[in-house]
Order: sequence, then C-alpha cells, then structure tokens
Amino acid sequence: MKKLTQLVSVAFLAFSLPVLAQENAGLKLPEGFKANLFANNIGAARHIAITKSGVVFAKLNNSNKDGNSIVRLEDANNDGVADKINGWAKYGGTGIFVKGNNLYASSNEAIFKYELNSKDEVVNPLAPVTIVSGLIDRRQHNSKSITFDMANNIYVNIGAYSNACQEKDRMPGSQGMMPCPILDSAGGIWKFDGSKENQTYKDGKRYGTGLRNVIGLDWNTTTNQLYVAQHGRDQLNSFYPNLYSDAQNAELPAETFYEIKEGDNAGWPYIYYDPIQHRKIVSPEYGGDSKKEGSSEYKEPAVAFPAHMAPMAVLFYTGNQFPAKYKNGAFISFHGSWNRAPLPQEGFFVAFVPFKDGKATGEWEIFANGFAGTENGAKIANPSKAKARPCGLAQGPDGSIYVSDDTKGAIFKISYNK
Amino acid sequence: MNKVSKFSLLFFFLVLAQWGNAQNKINGKKIYETRCLVCHQSDGGGVPNMNPPLDGASNVNGKDIARLVKIIRNGYDERVALDGMYYNNAMAANPDLKEEAIADVLTYIRTSWSNKAGVVTTSQVKAALVKNKAAKK
Repeated sequence: MKKLTQLVSVAFLAFSLPVLAQENAGLKLPEGFKANLFANNIGAARHIAITKSGVVFAKLNNSNKDGNSIVRLEDANNDGVADKINGWAKYGGTGIFVKGNNLYASSNEAIFKYELNSKDEVVNPLAPVTIVSGLIDRRQHNSKSITFDMANNIYVNIGAYSNACQEKDRMPGSQGMMPCPILDSAGGIWKFDGSKENQTYKDGKRYGTGLRNVIGLDWNTTTNQLYVAQHGRDQLNSFYPNLYSDAQNAELPAETFYEIKEGDNAGWPYIYYDPIQHRKIVSPEYGGDSKKEGSSEYKEPAVAFPAHMAPMAVLFYTGNQFPAKYKNGAFISFHGSWNRAPLPQEGFFVAFVPFKDGKATGEWEIFANGFAGTENGAKIANPSKAKARPCGLAQGPDGSIYVSDDTKGAIFKISYNK
Repeated sequence: MNKVSKFSLLFFFLVLAQWGNAQNKINGKKIYETRCLVCHQSDGGGVPNMNPPLDGASNVNGKDIARLVKIIRNGYDERVALDGMYYNNAMAANPDLKEEAIADVLTYIRTSWSNKAGVVTTSQVKAALVKNKAAKK
C-alpha cells in the first residue's frame, strides 16, 4: 500500500511539475499575493469546504476516475500541496460544508451529513444521515448549494428548471406563465434545520424567492445576513431579435448579487436587472419591451456584475492573512460565460467585492484571473476551451483562500506574501 | 457522343454538384448561426455539462441520420450521455424548418470544424421523417 501511495504521489508530482513551474500556477494576482496548485486532476470539483485543521473536502459533479464523488485532501507535511488524497461516495452534486464536527454534502436532490473524528476523517462514509431529500431535480439548474447561518440552519438553493418560466422552456415565442408555477418548489432559497433528519419540502421554509439559479451563497457573519449570487436569464437576442441585438444580449441581464432577508423576492422570471439602465426591466416573456420598468416590490441587487459570467461561489473573507481591505468583503468566483456568443466569452476569474459598514460598495474588482489559461489573457469563444473554470471557494485556517476548478479538478491555493 | 464531350458533361455535373453542396453549406451556416450557435457555440464545441458538442461528436458523425433529423425537428428534453460526458439542457424544437433547410444545416454541421461525415441530402431528410413517423406509430 505504501509503495502504491508513493507511486501515486510520484505520478502526481510528475504530472503537476510542468504546471507548478508556471509562476503562481498561471494566475494573475494583485501585488503581494502568490498562488500554487494545492491539487490537480481530482475530478470536476464543484464546492469545497475546509476544516479548522486545514483538511479540504471537495464535492465533485460526477464520480471521478476512482469512482468517488467526495474527495478529502490533506497537506500533512504542510508544504502547501495536498499529499494525502482519498475519497468516497457515488452521487454527483455541488454543495459541501463543514459545520462543527460534521461535514454536509449535497446531491442534486438531497443533503447528507457525515461525522468527522478528531483527525477530520469521516467516520461514516458509507452511512451518512439524510437531512433533506426529495428536492426537485429536473436537470437544468439542479445544483443544491448549501450554507449555514450562525445557528444551525441550512440554506439550500433550489434552482428553477427553466430559463424564463415560458410555457415551453427555451422555445421562441412561448409566453411566460403567470403566475410562474415553478416558484412553489424551486427558483429560490429554502431553509432547513441542520440537525433534523429526513426532512422534505414540508419541513422547510421558502426563505427567499424569485431567484432563477443561485450556485454561490454564503452567510455574512458580521451582519448576520444571507448573500446570494444569481445566474441571470439567457437568450434575450435569440428569442426577441427585434428587441435585443447580439451585442445587447452579451451585456444583458446583469449577474446579480443580493442580500436576502426572509421573504425577499428578487423578481425572476418577471423582471431582470439591466446594468446599463441601472434598473429592473420587465421580461419580454411577460410583456416587456427592453425598457418598461419592473415593479419596485422586487429586490435591488447589492452589486450588478456583467452578464452571463456565471457566479459559482461566494466567500466572505474573515481571515487576518490578507491586507485589511479584504476583511469582511466578499470573493465571488465566475465560471465564465457561454451566452455571450457570438461575442467573445467573459468571466473565468475570481472577483472581490469590498464591504464598508456591512454593505457592498459596488466597486468590485478582479482578484484572481488567468484560469482560462490563454496566451496574454486572450478572450475565448467557447467555455470548453478554458483550461480551468473557477467554481468553489473556501478559506483555510491560516487565512489563505482556495479556489476549485470543475473541468479537470485543480485546486488553487492563494496566499498573501507578507 | 464522343469521349471528350462525355467527359466534359461529367465534369460539368461534378462542378454543378460541388457548387450545389457549397450553396447548401452556406445556407446551413446561416441557419446554424441563427438557431444553433448560441448553445452549441461558434466552434461546435458545446458548453460543458449543459449543451453537447457537435464538433467531433460520435453520433453527429455517425450513420443514424434519422435521429439527428428527429432532434432538430422535435427538440430534445433528456439528459444526454455523449462520449463519456453528460449534458443537461433542453433543446427547442424547430417545427418550421423545411426538409431542405434541415439537410443544409446538417450538412454544415457534419462538414464543419473537424467533422468529415459528409453531406446530408433533402431526400435523406424526407426518408428520415417517414422513418421517424413510422417508428412513432
């Protein structure tokens, strides 16, 4: 076994060396930051979670080549690179979260709980406790991302299995359904008790609605509020070429970042947020003409990002390693767009949103770029050409942050060089 | 008819056929750009986890034309497993696309990027529609 592990490690190193040789693992970072590959090729790593001792858990979109869909990574010799890697579980999914001595993970329809021992090893890999099951999975927007508040409540995204709640999804000319029936069981954030077993919809509460698909969400512990990043709707130009040009579709609608209080409604599918007019606009499926303003009952975004970049994770930075401006601000990973075509795609970076007095300042910046791996940061036409696509974000005990990639499964570790 | 004129006639038809194919491909490209490109992308590469690639895809380059015609005409709303990957998004139907247009867009798709599967004719599409109709009964 030891020989095998050595062999695997040598093979792993041999494969990683050319990449490691790149400065900062190919990433472009602000002055004073450095990055290295913590792991590579572990499988399509969606969200990641880190224990107090620094053990990283990654939830994979599908089982990897070893047949595992959750991977545990430990850096036992503390050199910044995972040297002890193993895994388990057979269900694909996105959500993973460490809460106390428990590890929570989600499939595309359920949330499971595992127990961790004093070495942050999972005690019951084959027999998790089912916390919630029966959540809608109709393939489209089925990631059940999870986060916790400061009590023991879970917040789970249940994405709408639709683009704009048309009678026929993504069918040109099909009208929007009024009211949108999807919102009863999806298109929002649901709240469940993290300690109760075998819950279903009836045990949970719809906490926020009118959210098409939220993959990134995090609890802001300084303000005690939930923050979510929504994937805005697609294809305004393909369904309404008379109202939207290709160039307009590439910029519409914004990817929106919201502070969500209980009962908030962000307005999907009835409205979208236009980052150029700086207002909510009635969706064309609901009688909009690209200018008609939407109802004021719907939530205003805290930050409006460029269209289609696909926010995948939100991380409020509570560490002390990074310079003071990052404290209590939010990192957001962007997977990279596809619906800007025929224009070049955007995203493939991690952004930073500064917060002041518990509110987002709106002046966001690119924090880590270069994941797509193109020469001199050239744009790409198709997200499948990106070498890596940023997905999960997590903060290590030393204040470094980790970024996962859900193409081949790299994990980047980003630290500040004091 | 002497040998030379036979040869010229053959040559003339070959040129005509080539010119016809080129016209079909140009028309197919237009249809692709308005209806397909947004999801399957300009390079036919698709979008990971969402929309399957057409470039290099085994079934796009395969012999089952009837299946390709059916997907274009009726749309598709199932999880697709293709060449070891899964794709989740639904595809809209194209009930208004005529046989000739389906043939043109399939010709464009099957002869573009790295694809070399060749031309699809209008009569192949017609035969496929008959076959699909029979299979439905």
